[in-house]
Amino acid sequence: MSQNGETKNIFLSGVGGQGTILAGNILGQVLLEAGYDVKKAEVHGMAQRGGDVTTHFRYGKKVYSPLIKEGDVDFLVSFELLEGLRYINWVKPGGKVIINNHRILPPAVNLGKMAYPAGMEEIFKKHFGENFWIVDGRGIAKALGNIQVANVVLIGALSRFFPSLEPEPWIDVIKSILPPRLHEINVKAFYEGRRAIKIE
Amino acid sequence: MKRILQGNEAIARGAWEAGVTVGCAYPGTPSSEILARLSEYGEVYTEWSPNEKVAMEVAHGASVAGGRALVCMKHVGLNVAADPFMTISYVGVRGGMVVAVADDPGQHSSQNEQDSRQWARFGKVPLVEPADSRECRDYTKIAFEISERFDTPVLLRSETRVSHCDSPVELGERRESGMERKLDKKEVSKLVMVPMHARIRRHAVEERMKNLASYAERDFPFNEMEINDPSVGFIASGVSFLYTKDVFPQYSFLKLGMAWPLPARMIREFFDQVRKVVIVEELDPFLETEIRAMGFRVWHGKDLVPSIGELTPTAIDRSLSKAVTGKETVSVPARFDTEELPKRPPNLCAGCSHRPLFYALRKLKLFVFGDIGCYGLGAAPPLSAMHFSTCMGAGVGGSYGAGKVLGEEGLGKICAVLGDSTFLHSGIGPLMDAVYNGGYSTTIIMDNGITAMTGQQEHPATGFTIRGEPAPMVDFEQLARSVGVKHVRTVDPYNIKETVEVIREEVARNEASVIITKNSPCMLLRRARPQERFRHSHYRIQEDVCRGCKICLNVSCPAISWVAEEGETRDGDRRKGRASINADQCVGCAVCVQVCEFESIVPLAE
Repeated sequence: MSQNGETKNIFLSGVGGQGTILAGNILGQVLLEAGYDVKKAEVHGMAQRGGDVTTHFRYGKKVYSPLIKEGDVDFLVSFELLEGLRYINWVKPGGKVIINNHRILPPAVNLGKMAYPAGMEEIFKKHFGENFWIVDGRGIAKALGNIQVANVVLIGALSRFFPSLEPEPWIDVIKSILPPRLHEINVKAFYEGRRAIKIE
Repeated sequence: MKRILQGNEAIARGAWEAGVTVGCAYPGTPSSEILARLSEYGEVYTEWSPNEKVAMEVAHGASVAGGRALVCMKHVGLNVAADPFMTISYVGVRGGMVVAVADDPGQHSSQNEQDSRQWARFGKVPLVEPADSRECRDYTKIAFEISERFDTPVLLRSETRVSHCDSPVELGERRESGMERKLDKKEVSKLVMVPMHARIRRHAVEERMKNLASYAERDFPFNEMEINDPSVGFIASGVSFLYTKDVFPQYSFLKLGMAWPLPARMIREFFDQVRKVVIVEELDPFLETEIRAMGFRVWHGKDLVPSIGELTPTAIDRSLSKAVTGKETVSVPARFDTEELPKRPPNLCAGCSHRPLFYALRKLKLFVFGDIGCYGLGAAPPLSAMHFSTCMGAGVGGSYGAGKVLGEEGLGKICAVLGDSTFLHSGIGPLMDAVYNGGYSTTIIMDNGITAMTGQQEHPATGFTIRGEPAPMVDFEQLARSVGVKHVRTVDPYNIKETVEVIREEVARNEASVIITKNSPCMLLRRARPQERFRHSHYRIQEDVCRGCKICLNVSCPAISWVAEEGETRDGDRRKGRASINADQCVGCAVCVQVCEFESIVPLAE
């Protein structure tokens, strides 16, 4: 949470098609309505073709650069394990990490030419300790009946770290962005995500 | 009301608020959303033009008739539109004309990273450079005013991190321009650029640039000076300003909202107020060259700031911190060597019709002259089925030219591939050349019924306009025949055997030929119901039949993966592993079924 208007940095990473863009849009609208200046940067074009995707999200009293400086990330939220590990060095000391427990194999692994990295959870635990959370976003979404809502599960998890924004603003924004037929499942996904985070 | 808008959306909003009446574009990342969003405003006529040159000309015609016009393109699109652009500079405008051009530093989705600011100096037109969405809206609006006031097209330069960044914008209302709509024959000396008239206009252009320079100096509201710590002053424009401001907030700044022409007196004043000046700009030393030429002593610029690739706060910090603050950048020690991680390049979608076609080309061992679009993904291993690609349409001319050198030796060994939209963009000219001048070339039009890579835009052969209204459709077969191609054939690319045979016959012909794919809509084109063509919705690999030969991996399908696990088939053949199909991703195109030599791939029971 931003104190005294300083700019805070949230980095979303994942694989094209996982819904990082929608997640970023929800984040943007909630924080704008909370009175912050926001900036969000994405690269489009290849997103639907299985490439890696990232969103730089910044908020504060006045935000200049849309891009985050390496090593300045306050919050890394990754929608996929390997894509989380790829940005581990971007997180500042004391930063927080939430990772979706989901593997999507990149082409070199599919082809049997490289191995999918092992022991990622341990690597994150070692470096971030209690500031690391793994969330079974895909499992939760599947249990709710639509794997597409894993992104909102992760937004729910992230929302736990904004104590002054109690759930309502998030729910209102989710409802304002999504068509009515998707409200119920996404609201559920959001709450499941909140529950998935245990803060010591 | 404040809303979060993407930069491109904000450019569209600014144009709408400025009373734009005509908007034209050929799609190209990162510019495509400008026109897509503009098309949602009912007051504006919008179109996807066949290419950027046409778009530029339509916009200029609209301007001459008194309408405000916006034409949009990516940086390389302005190369295509350069011919009209350079002379529109002489002709000028009536209704304001804004040329929005979006650069792609770092080449996220482009074949080069040219710096479009150079066109302003080259074409002698003003250039404004917004840094975020609010500026996109504001600068677009003022660009229309500048255009009408100085009788000039105005370049609005964006780039990936402006076009594809979101930030809040205070929305305004639309105001019509009030310009009378008419054409005036008395204006001939200004509108007909024969040498006699153009020589006169040449002087008007120089006069205009002088007037614009004094406007930039005195009236343009977005050249801003901010004097803080005067020990170092930064000159920057666009998103480079935002990055620099973030990294060195305590120092002084001259932010140039108009990067051409430059406000010389304002720059002098800045040099007087700060002790040392650093120029931070992405790509070319455009400002630096000009400011040095004015005689100023620039402390640092491209000697430290990288000119290749995207500028980022990280790059600025690393390249300038030591010089500016005397301290090295402190970076977080690496927790993990992420360079060694498997990369995740984009791939053709599961079921894409380009995949079996590229597999056929690979099987025929042809040298393939390619083009710009999704099919660029066919160059990557394991498909490795494209061997040349420069710009749109270039593959057709390229393969024909290569044939002129190789002669009979090259017969049966080369072909050109391009998409439906690309063919209409710039493939027809070189096809005519191959017929007219005689020689051989086989052009394969991979027709997936949409401009795919840039995000599903309509074109003259899709049957729909930008607004989804029905439109006449170009018939590729008739078009090819009408320019004189005698051998025009169609293939269903999902039938690999037939596709291989047709291509084999046509590339062996000592004449121009054209092959068009049928039954091959883009997998993301919902209205074509692409998956309904496939007999089964999913396939699976019979674990006890697969011999682990890996041949199916060569089709590079995202749904097929290798499982390293020693074992044997039911016939007792030893194997080191087996292939597996992910049912979540498989769409049932059956390309792998045709490639497998052991009949191990079967429909998944539904």
